[in-house]
Amino acid sequence: MEANTRGTGRLPAAFLTPGSSSFMDFLGEHSPELLPGRRTLPPVQGAVQAPHGTTIVATTFSGGVVLAGDRRATMGNMIAQRDIEKVFPADEYSAVGIAGTAGLAVEMVKLFQLELEHFEKVEGAQLSLEGKANRLSTMIRGNLGMAMQGLAVVPLFAGYDVDRGKGRIFSYDVTGGRSEEQGFAATGSGSIFARGAMKKLYRDDLDEQQATTLVVQALYDAADDDSATGGPDVARRIYPIVAVITEDGVRKLGEQESADIARSILERRLEQPDGPRAALL
Amino acid sequence: MTTPFYVSPAQAMQDRAEYARKGIARGRSLVVLQYADGIVFVGENPSRALHKFSEIYDRIGFAAAGKYNEYENLRIGGVRYADLRGYTYDRDDVTARGLANVYAQTLGTIFSSAAEKPYEVELVVAEVGATPEGDQIYRLPHDGSIVDEHGSVAVGGNAEQISAFLDQRHRDGMSLAEALKLAVQALSNQANGADREIPADRLEVAVLDRTRPQKRKFKRIVGRQLARLLEADGAASAPTDAASDVEEGEEGGE
Repeated sequence: MEANTRGTGRLPAAFLTPGSSSFMDFLGEHSPELLPGRRTLPPVQGAVQAPHGTTIVATTFSGGVVLAGDRRATMGNMIAQRDIEKVFPADEYSAVGIAGTAGLAVEMVKLFQLELEHFEKVEGAQLSLEGKANRLSTMIRGNLGMAMQGLAVVPLFAGYDVDRGKGRIFSYDVTGGRSEEQGFAATGSGSIFARGAMKKLYRDDLDEQQATTLVVQALYDAADDDSATGGPDVARRIYPIVAVITEDGVRKLGEQESADIARSILERRLEQPDGPRAALL
Repeated sequence: MTTPFYVSPAQAMQDRAEYARKGIARGRSLVVLQYADGIVFVGENPSRALHKFSEIYDRIGFAAAGKYNEYENLRIGGVRYADLRGYTYDRDDVTARGLANVYAQTLGTIFSSAAEKPYEVELVVAEVGATPEGDQIYRLPHDGSIVDEHGSVAVGGNAEQISAFLDQRHRDGMSLAEALKLAVQALSNQANGADREIPADRLEVAVLDRTRPQKRKFKRIVGRQLARLLEADGAASAPTDAASDVEEGEEGGE
């Protein structure tokens, strides 16, 4: 498993064999037991109880794309964690938000980040955004066996396409099916409500400020109607994680920035609990 | 049946070392220097795509002189080693010392195995610390020995002469522009006292910059930024008497 515990301590042949630039491929050849997809679960009755992450939303705007997630993880009807982070930078120009079994999802993200970094170091160039989205697809497909037993991972992938000069969003299903979303997208248990909110609030010419407000509004609406999604927790100072991806790269909003947006929304909702109204016609 | 001629082990080793050294000497030299905010790699490289320096991990950089296919192989092996180790344990558990050890074992085994041709490469593995005291630079000659270097190091064809030049002039706490200028001076100074100009577009420069906010500290310096640094008036003619902090590690092997 570890390089220098074998034989003379020299790099094993697999390390020096020219071949794939993919870390997953290398892992599959050298230490397949470390690949998440290779594990099989013993047969169990019913669903396995494990913390689940919930709602992730994303929207494009004129300069890129915004990806955001609430902070709650649930296990059955319990709140397993109040301050879980579900939005991660995948590399310099993309981020991934996870819904589904938290433990597996975090491991998947870790491997995905490494996969992109490894390729970049070996090849000296970044994968295309499509290429990155496809790699993630493969990883989700590898988890299908677990998904069938209730341990699904369904991420949302957003990135800035440096070739086309715009932000793009990819959504997935449990089988690894991938589809590019226009404008906005959501995944997780609160996604139905979040999508409804975004449908009414989204427009083509959003700027960064408006886009970050939009995603937090959508998360608020999701938390309003879905018990598994957490709203802004003012007492504990737990606010949504928001990542903004532009041609300058991924930037996570600081706690203060995120708090300001959440608080201003909260302020307005005290008068209008259902949030901003869209025109009827 | 033919009886092979007897060759004494000492002679065999010497021949192999000679072979490797000749191969390395054909390559252009490169230098690795500490400066105030990190470690800078400078070399002459006409190619934009085939790099001599590269990133291994967050704080670890790699430099190599010699035969391209051999050091490229070692580089990728190093990236795989580092990524696997970081994935198995934690990102903080990947160290230059560990990597240098693995490289030393690999080069040493290949060098002393009669079945394999010795690698014609000389490597430098450097890790930037949180402070200049935490910086580590290891030089790995072709035979698997390992040298802990401080301040400055040169590998490749003219390494000894360049090292001597750098030892006299390099001092701690140089700015990046100063260190870069010194490095270029050292590289162009080689041919029997006669200076030759190395144009900026033939220079390959990279840094491990401890002040970078990202966790990955490795960065290539190209284009305008390189030109600006080369032009910057850093009073680069470093005072010779300030070089007392530079110590050369003892030579191992052979």
